[in-house]
Amino acid sequence: MTFTEKYAAEIEGIMARFPHKKSAVLPLMHLAQHYYGYMSREAMEEVAAILDLDPTHILSLAGFYTLYYEEPVGTYVLEICNDLACALRGADEFVEMACDKLGVGVDGTTEDGLFTIKTVMCLAACDRAPMLQCNLKFEENLDEEKFEQLIARLRDEAANGRTPPTVVEKVAAYAKSTS
Amino acid sequence: MAYILLRHRDIENLHKLDVYREHGGYEALQKAIDEYTPAEVIDIVKASQLRGRGGAGFPTGLKWSFIPKGPGEKYITINSDESEMGTFKDRELLEYNPHQVIEGALIAAYAVGAPQIYNYMRGEFMDIGYHFEEAILECYAAGLLGENILGSDFSCDMSAYYGAGAYICGEETALLNSLMGELGQPWAKPPFPAIEGLYFKPTVVNNTETLANVPPIITNGAEWYTSMGTEKSKGPKIVCLSGHINKPGNYEIVMGMTFRELLFSGEYGGGIPNGKEFKGLLPSGGSGPVITADALDAPISYEGLDVYGSVMGSASVVVMDETVDMVWAAMKMEHFFKHESCGKCTPCREGTYWMDQLLHRIYEGEGTLQDLDVLKSVANRIGGRTLCALGDFAINPVLGTVRHFSNEYEAKIKK
Ligand SMILES: Cc1cc2nc3c(=O)[nH]c(=O)nc-3n(C[C@H](O)[C@H](O)[C@H](O)COP(=O)(O)O)c2cc1C
Ligand code: SF4
Ligand code: FES
Repeated sequence: MTFTEKYAAEIEGIMARFPHKKSAVLPLMHLAQHYYGYMSREAMEEVAAILDLDPTHILSLAGFYTLYYEEPVGTYVLEICNDLACALRGADEFVEMACDKLGVGVDGTTEDGLFTIKTVMCLAACDRAPMLQCNLKFEENLDEEKFEQLIARLRDEAANGRTPPTVVEKVAAYAKSTS
Repeated sequence: MAYILLRHRDIENLHKLDVYREHGGYEALQKAIDEYTPAEVIDIVKASQLRGRGGAGFPTGLKWSFIPKGPGEKYITINSDESEMGTFKDRELLEYNPHQVIEGALIAAYAVGAPQIYNYMRGEFMDIGYHFEEAILECYAAGLLGENILGSDFSCDMSAYYGAGAYICGEETALLNSLMGELGQPWAKPPFPAIEGLYFKPTVVNNTETLANVPPIITNGAEWYTSMGTEKSKGPKIVCLSGHINKPGNYEIVMGMTFRELLFSGEYGGGIPNGKEFKGLLPSGGSGPVITADALDAPISYEGLDVYGSVMGSASVVVMDETVDMVWAAMKMEHFFKHESCGKCTPCREGTYWMDQLLHRIYEGEGTLQDLDVLKSVANRIGGRTLCALGDFAINPVLGTVRHFSNEYEAKIKK
């Protein structure tokens, strides 16, 4: 099944929100990335085909906006904020600890393909640092122990194949219901 | 004092429509439609002296008055991009008091005659966007969005939108480009969005918090609103407090309160942790110059920091104690601007690159006196020469820290 087939209703709902279909491009890219894991060639070509756009336009958007991954990433992308306000509360040390625990560097993916660590700019959660987003879900007021618990929970989730809907899917479901 | 904006802290479950309505919700919209013409609504907002909470402080009523009168394709765009370092106020409103934002946007739409509203949220807000999406659904079900709102002949639609990670999309023309499916890069004004905005039609872009101020203004009147605040800064303001502070978080204040009270009063920040001394604070995240202890008695207001060479901006107060290395802080902030420069104009693209490089070199003890001079002269050559204000923001980490802490730079210069 392609992404276009699986999310036909969501795609229609998203496009119905705008008088010009080009406006649907970022939301469709979010959904395509969710389906393919990253902004693969297929993902870009499908979005381009749905919206009658040149695939090179999708490529340039994927390069411009940081939430699109141009290379494959792990099942769980851990985006840790180490911008100034968080760094004042230990975010740089937290990044180091997280990398050590998972045995990867920043932008690296664990061998089992489960986790990618990235560092990102302010996520509007500075009062709850150290913090991260895991596949865009906020995880806040963290420390070493809570990070270990998070990783254990995610490992368990993945091993048992019961991954709850991601926030991208949840949001797309609203577009479906309002179309 | 009861909250005006963060009312969900007084009222449980305010994000639900029935609770919001039990507490006077959508009565302001009803009043605007029943009792005032669109032009009168604009006059009331003008008289309230409400100024934009997105950073620039532009008078809101005046902005609305620039939109051509009469029917036609026009748009209201809520700016919920909220990506300035240290800022997390719009997030709290979207999450816990979304109806007040929607009601404010609807009043704006009624005032300028716009049949469509978009809320542009940063992509990283998808996790909290569902409260806003739920609120929109509730409004449609209750006749507060769609055709003939509250039985009147005013009709308006609204939907949520998510960006994809780009600070520059908070700049209004970049935001509109992004919403049109383009790269999020600003355009040179004019044309201003009020004349040619979304899809080249008249468009109001207002910050989330700005719009949340509108319903209480309509309900209580302009005079009530102007009774709060300073000469040029009226009403309540949400201040985001972070960094080295005992009680970080959002605080709703009346403009005019001093930074000292915000930081040290037990009701607010509660002082600096671990008995450390205060060193400096960033009043508007990374985009305004740092201020030091001599400015602590300045009022938190649009004009209060003029004499200290800084700005309130979106009131994202990042506190730094005595242990902070200011060259390191500047380097962190410049890294942000280098990363977020959209690359459209040369002074900003190249300048942020060089400032980032030079700060790294100096921080690591590899910088020479000449590097320090180059750093300052690069910064001085960017201001005022760029397409959008990001270029002007990007020099503040350097100029602010050099001004107050030049000794820290000098101490790092290679001997
Ligand atoms: C680089 C840059 C980033 C900005 N980011 C935001 C933002 O995240 N949110 C916001 O409301 N305004 C932001 N602004 C200001 C907007 O351009 C615009 O002035 C504002 O949304 C107008 O709304 P207001 O009058 O209600 O404040 C930014 C401006 C610049 C230059
Ligand atoms: S000043 Fe910077 S962010 Fe603004 S348009 Fe120029 S390059 Fe882009
Ligand atoms: S600086 Fe990390 S969330 Fe704001």
